[in-house]
Amino acid sequence: MNTIAERIFDFLKDFPPFSMLSREQLLAICKSVEVHYLEKDTNLFVAKNPVKNQFYVVKDGAIGLFREDSNTLVDKCDEGDIFGLRALMRQDDYKLTAKAIEETIVYSISSELFKEYITTNPEASTYLMSSFATNTTYIESNPLQNQNSTDNIPDFFEEQSASYSKNPVSCLLNTSIKEAALEMTDKRVGSIIITENNKPLGIITDKDLRTKIATGLISIQETVEKIMSSPVITYPENITVAEAQIAMIKNKITHLCITKDGTPNSDLKGVLSEHDIVVIRENNASVLVKEVKRATTPNQLQHIRKRAHEVLKRYIKQHIPITFATKIISAMNESITQRIIDLAIKGMATPPPTSFSWIAIGSQGREEQLLLTDQDNALVFNDVPEEAYESTQNYFLKLSEKITTSLNIVGFEFCPAEMMASNPKWCLSLSQWETQFKEWITKPDQDNLMLCTIFFDFQHIYGDETLVNSMAKGIFESIDSYEIFLNFLGLNALKNPPPLSFFRQFLVESDGEHKDQFDIKGRAMMPLVDAARLLVLSKNIKTNNTIIRYENLASAEPQNKDIYLACRDSFKKLLRFRTEQGILHNDSGRFIDLQKLSKANKLELKSCFKAIKDVQDLIQTRFQLAQFM
Amino acid sequence: MWFKKKTYPEFWTRYLNHFKSTTNKDFDNQRFLVFDTETTGLDIKTDRILSIGVIAVQGQIIKVSDSFECYVKQNIFNSETIKIHGLLKGGNITKAEESEAIKAFLEYIGNAVLVAHHAAFDIAMINAALKRMNLPKLKNKVVDTGELYKKTKYVKDHKHYSLDALSNIFNIPQHDRHTASGDAYITALLFQKLSSLLQKKKKGLKLRYFFDWI
Repeated sequence: MNTIAERIFDFLKDFPPFSMLSREQLLAICKSVEVHYLEKDTNLFVAKNPVKNQFYVVKDGAIGLFREDSNTLVDKCDEGDIFGLRALMRQDDYKLTAKAIEETIVYSISSELFKEYITTNPEASTYLMSSFATNTTYIESNPLQNQNSTDNIPDFFEEQSASYSKNPVSCLLNTSIKEAALEMTDKRVGSIIITENNKPLGIITDKDLRTKIATGLISIQETVEKIMSSPVITYPENITVAEAQIAMIKNKITHLCITKDGTPNSDLKGVLSEHDIVVIRENNASVLVKEVKRATTPNQLQHIRKRAHEVLKRYIKQHIPITFATKIISAMNESITQRIIDLAIKGMATPPPTSFSWIAIGSQGREEQLLLTDQDNALVFNDVPEEAYESTQNYFLKLSEKITTSLNIVGFEFCPAEMMASNPKWCLSLSQWETQFKEWITKPDQDNLMLCTIFFDFQHIYGDETLVNSMAKGIFESIDSYEIFLNFLGLNALKNPPPLSFFRQFLVESDGEHKDQFDIKGRAMMPLVDAARLLVLSKNIKTNNTIIRYENLASAEPQNKDIYLACRDSFKKLLRFRTEQGILHNDSGRFIDLQKLSKANKLELKSCFKAIKDVQDLIQTRFQLAQFM
Repeated sequence: MWFKKKTYPEFWTRYLNHFKSTTNKDFDNQRFLVFDTETTGLDIKTDRILSIGVIAVQGQIIKVSDSFECYVKQNIFNSETIKIHGLLKGGNITKAEESEAIKAFLEYIGNAVLVAHHAAFDIAMINAALKRMNLPKLKNKVVDTGELYKKTKYVKDHKHYSLDALSNIFNIPQHDRHTASGDAYITALLFQKLSSLLQKKKKGLKLRYFFDWI
């Protein structure tokens, strides 16, 4: 009996990493918890003092973590939040001051107990390591980073775990061949596993029936033992596609048995056949891209896009790195658009009067579009003599009309704001575009800034790429001659400060259709996108993808590497998160119901806001925006 | 035979030995033991202790690892109070004989300062049990959270404030109310808040300040 420890257990058991411990482990921790009471504005620990041998969990109230020199609030911890983890990682001084920002009760847990129970639990320690990495100001190297090295594997799908039939058809040793064949016919399968106590002993495939029975060599009254191949080749459940293929080639077989521990001495879990591999390959992105090239109607492309969405779902489910998923989906969208343009040109009475380039803008231009959203595009054509301008523009408007209509059929709905190449405003010659950009840059009012944030993220999709390169060059030249534009763009990038006050309730939309929901795109992703765009423009770097922008920034400014990499990682997290939410609710994933988020998800989101805060601080200093604000 | 020195059991001598050293501790070093007893009723003479729960507070920190909980076998039985504390005569909780429980309690508390809400009653119940064992009264210094509350001058009257009432005033959630340990824990949270309040008023806590009402 330990009434008090039980009470503490009831509280902690709902929060990670405690939720990951066994009841006995957690109860043992609870038995030695210490309970601290802090009045508002009292310190629990102070920066630069030696770390205590314990870490903390907020029970009631809220603790603020403050940077000592500037007394700025770095983080707020409320019910269930863990802080003071530095004590566990190293013997050192506190970097931040922990102060109660309201009347607070805090539990402390000794480092020894932590080491005993939590570090031996892989799930709990991974959780803590990552929350430690995000709890600090990015000084520590992120231990989870290494997991992302697989980003670079070009044919990543080989690394997916292979899906196999989980209800294998099986029979016992004394079954007759005839009975087994009837069973296979009945279940419509090409193989049957012979088992004893649910352990696989042998296998009979269609081929065995053909070579050994149909040839008359063995009677169908004999038992399956006579013709089965034995022993079987077994693998564990998490076998990858690549491993499966190698195993089949090496053993010259077409079926693998999947068992619980991967040996023939454990329970049979399923059968993986060559056919299963073919099916996986069929829904593989590179196959889909090939099919795109053969498609002749928008409806066929629509079907392929739907299958690509299934591929995406699988990637998300299998935790394939988000950068890989975005690359694949962007490549898919790009090749679908290219195919549509090919078909549209063929449908025109005459070939294009001059060279042109089809441009993706906005999130498509940044190659960050995972879920189907509105189309955002534009067109640039080469300069023509003034008298030919109108007819040339009309030709491309007509072409664009065809293209956008097909894209709409595929599933990229018309942009409600008409940010499409079929709009005469966004179907211009190269010099018209340059004039347009120059105007936006020299008259950076609210509307023009908004247009800059959409059109400056342009990406060549089809046609003459040199036109797009000239456009990019024009932008940099205009900015060079009118540098104050960057300050305005900077102000614009700061208009969505991170919702740090969200610790009690996230800043949610207060009215409209999405009342009480959190706008992950507007409040978390766009601030990172806007900051990255501003910084690469000021550095003359022409890349579009936010993740790559931050990587380029990190190598261009090693002194701010930590901030940029934190932004990159936050953006990856948010992108994955939004995609997961979108798949879950079958929408754009933009608005999130906070009630439904787990504590771990909330903590993860919170760490992203820290990155936003840091990069916005950097922008404010660099572009001396304080005087503007 | 008035001059004959009484002989006491060994554990009592050990208990007394804790009080021989007179080192003055400051507030942060003092071990406070917040405790509560559940009883068959409110009559010190006829009612009996059913359970004792104790939890330590030192330097304003509640130490869950330094706690004590025990249930006592009693023949006296009051069906009215069962409704409050839920302790049946038989029950399936391991229970100790009263003398064993009191012995264990004394071994545990040593010379710590005892804290209870309306402490006089709980102390009297323990003293009554000691008397049945032919032992003198408790030697420990005692703090009453009810009296401590009056010192904070939150209120001007001299009313008695129940643990429930104070829990409400100080926003302490009432879990496990009417189990000895549960009430001891609630009282410990109350003690934390009250001493913190007094600390603010007095700019530092003197131990003396807690006892001068005794």
